[in-house]
Amino acid sequence: MRGAWARKGTLVDLYLWAFRVVVILVVIWGTFGTLRAGTYSREHWIDFAVFGLSQGSIYALIALGYTMVYGVLRMINFAHGEVFMSGAYTAYFVADAFGRSGYLNRNPLVSYLAILVVAMLTSTAIALVVERLAYRPLRRAPRLVPLISAIGASFFLQYAFRGLYGSGFKAYPEPEVLKGKWVIAGIGILRSQVIVVVGAALMLLVLYWFVMRTKTGMAMRAVSEDKDAAALMGIDVDRVIVITFALGAAMAGAAGVLYALVFKQVHFFMGFVPGIKAFTAAVLGGIGNVPGAMLGGLFLGLVESVGPALFLDGLGIVAPYQLKDVIAFTMLVMVLIFRPSGILGERLVVKKA
Amino acid sequence: MPMRMDRQGWWNAVRKGLIWGGVAVFVAMVGMVETFAERQVIIGVVSFGMTLLALAGVAAGFQAARGPAGGGRVSALLGGAVAGAVVGAAVAGLLLVGSVLNLRTMFVSASPRLFSLLSAGQGLHGWYLPLLAGTALGMIAAGASTLAARLRRPILTGLMSVLTVGVFQELLQIMLGGEGVGAVIRDVLFESEGLLPRGALILFLVAWASSSLWIWRRAAVHVWVARRPASQQRGLRLLTLGIGVSALLLLPHLAGPFLSQVLVLVGLFALLGLGLNIVVGFAGLLDLGYVAFFAMGAYTVGLLTSTGEHGIFHFSFWTAVPIAMVVSLIGGVLLGIPVLRIRGDYLAIATMGFGEIIRLLVLSDFLRPWLGGSQGILAIPKPTIVGLELSGPEQLFYLTLVLCGLVVFVASRLRDSRLGRAWMAVREDEDVAEAMGINLVNVKLLAFGLGASFGGLSGAIFAVMVGSVFPHSFQLLISIKVLSPIIVGGMGSLPGVLVGSLALVGLPELLREFADFRFLVYGAALVAMMQLRPEGLWPEPVRKRELHESEQDAAEPEKVLA
Repeated sequence: MRGAWARKGTLVDLYLWAFRVVVILVVIWGTFGTLRAGTYSREHWIDFAVFGLSQGSIYALIALGYTMVYGVLRMINFAHGEVFMSGAYTAYFVADAFGRSGYLNRNPLVSYLAILVVAMLTSTAIALVVERLAYRPLRRAPRLVPLISAIGASFFLQYAFRGLYGSGFKAYPEPEVLKGKWVIAGIGILRSQVIVVVGAALMLLVLYWFVMRTKTGMAMRAVSEDKDAAALMGIDVDRVIVITFALGAAMAGAAGVLYALVFKQVHFFMGFVPGIKAFTAAVLGGIGNVPGAMLGGLFLGLVESVGPALFLDGLGIVAPYQLKDVIAFTMLVMVLIFRPSGILGERLVVKKA
Repeated sequence: MPMRMDRQGWWNAVRKGLIWGGVAVFVAMVGMVETFAERQVIIGVVSFGMTLLALAGVAAGFQAARGPAGGGRVSALLGGAVAGAVVGAAVAGLLLVGSVLNLRTMFVSASPRLFSLLSAGQGLHGWYLPLLAGTALGMIAAGASTLAARLRRPILTGLMSVLTVGVFQELLQIMLGGEGVGAVIRDVLFESEGLLPRGALILFLVAWASSSLWIWRRAAVHVWVARRPASQQRGLRLLTLGIGVSALLLLPHLAGPFLSQVLVLVGLFALLGLGLNIVVGFAGLLDLGYVAFFAMGAYTVGLLTSTGEHGIFHFSFWTAVPIAMVVSLIGGVLLGIPVLRIRGDYLAIATMGFGEIIRLLVLSDFLRPWLGGSQGILAIPKPTIVGLELSGPEQLFYLTLVLCGLVVFVASRLRDSRLGRAWMAVREDEDVAEAMGINLVNVKLLAFGLGASFGGLSGAIFAVMVGSVFPHSFQLLISIKVLSPIIVGGMGSLPGVLVGSLALVGLPELLREFADFRFLVYGAALVAMMQLRPEGLWPEPVRKRELHESEQDAAEPEKVLA
């Protein structure tokens, strides 16, 4: 298979190599230029890195949903970004009510727990409905069929929430406690970003423990190895799939609340871009691989936040921040082309639908 | 005949009622009922919004009666009534909750007007009205479901024609014109704001009668046609085709500039769809970044012909179009090479990534000096043909019609060629296709390149139609808007693409208020199509067989396991 490609595709290979070399040269040239010009101080870089970490941990949480569902079903849950949005958007109304009554400032911990629970429950409910109506009937259909159904579900959810909650941006209230900075090891860091990183890390640990140490987690791993063999071992595959969707969605719902802490607003279209990026993160870390998704998320967040300044500024590009999504999408495309198995993943055997 | 239903029958009726009740509440809360309340189907009797709600009740009743209940007409009627009542109860529940609590802090569409619509203006005291209406509708639907198809079909046709004419009354009134026979018909059927009750009755009777007549005489007509000699049969077929084509050619004159505008859009998306159909339908490569080639074509024409600040050569449209097609073709091949080895869903995501990268680059300040950034390229002149400027929508309609015809021809020849069969082989199974000696690199790149060049062609038309190009016009949503008609029409089917574009692009444009719900309906349509008719509304015979075969294949192992 590989050999046949190599013989036939020499020109193609040349083109791909040229593509790789150009991208690497651009990155090196830009980095060199930026560092020599010295536009950014040490504080700037630290700010970029911390912001990247907090954004990356949000991507990591969303990426878990993609990676786990891909693991058990071998399908891309295109609507996962909307599951993330639904939780954050619905929890906004709780946050807003707390904000208005002043309870958010009096008891931020309890109110944030309530917001988190609402977001996670909503996301889970939405994901389970989507799984039941849009995916389960297509379990044995040719491979493109569930993907198209997922794209349909994604647009349906976006515009359903637009119709239900309105099309404007909604400003998430922010408790007084989280305004301003904490000084940690001599570095001033925005409080909300600290909370985001710590919260996401806790979630990831809990999930990792669940997948690795509980019986249900073991069943999930078994199903992702081989569905039929797992069924023969007495595992209820349908139940495991539902649990997988629910877990991924709960993580996405939590990610939605953290996202609202960093960006302080929600919108019906907010799920799309983070969804794609989280998918990138999942692929980056090796799809189907839980620690890989966490690493991929953090890595993508860092590159996206440091990248525009480091790679693009040095090339003399105006307003490099407009191109931060270009960096993310380029990484996505390059990983898909050159290493579809990701950083941590083993090479996938090409499985046919 | 037993009068009682068993427990399963009751439960089925309640379940259907709950499902459709949920749909009805969703339709109300998402804002469709209120928005479409403006559009009267029959003046003073029923609006399109209420029709949507009523349809939920009808569907519930129909499904409940068709369920596993069995046991004759009475239990079917009972089941329908129960299901309809549950739908009505859901709406009544919404009414009660909405009157007690202020839902509007959360749901923007939960306006007082919605609740007054739901209760026919009675407010909280009208809570029983949806319940009664639901029960009645469910019962009627259940009754209809027990009728023989021979009797039911004409009634359905009659109702559908009243609904269609009522919804599109503005357009039809324009088409009937201000004088002559048309005006007389118009005065009988319509008032200036919509369809009159007497008009609805006449329409229903006419449609009912002609449908009954058709069902009654259909077999005889077929026999008559089959008995004609072959030359006459061909003549008849040509006659129908001729009538269809001339109706299409005359349409803009009959219906005025607005309809022409809509038809140009339909043509544009049909053109895009035909291009994407080569990639997705023929070769089975799901490309979500197709909008990039649309953008390439539009920007090439914009840069080459614009008389504004970004214009370079001030070429004429006719010189620029082939260049735009070549540029998009090269773009298609260049973006195609890296993704050659990616399959299925990864391919979809990778092409989507490319599409977004191109849009973001065009939008950025970095390329602003050349491509105009978010302001785009302005002042693109209209094309001229022997001194005549193709400025209005009518002229552009003929342009797109001619190009569509051309592309349909090219695509159908491609499909039946050696290359087309190679594409189909790749769609079915890449590995087997390669083993059969098909050069995957060439075949796939040809699909990407040819599809892209058709996309570039539609981009060129788009540029002159709008007169300017903005990066905003090339969002991912456009790719979805092109993909949906292909899927709904039938992947790989040429008439399917045309029908799909007409239904998914044309109808929403005609219903102005529909704009907000367009993608909602697209999404639901994609999900529903994948389950009910994955081969599309107008499938290629080969494709249909493929999908059904694979279903059989998939069913086999289940049996083995069981």
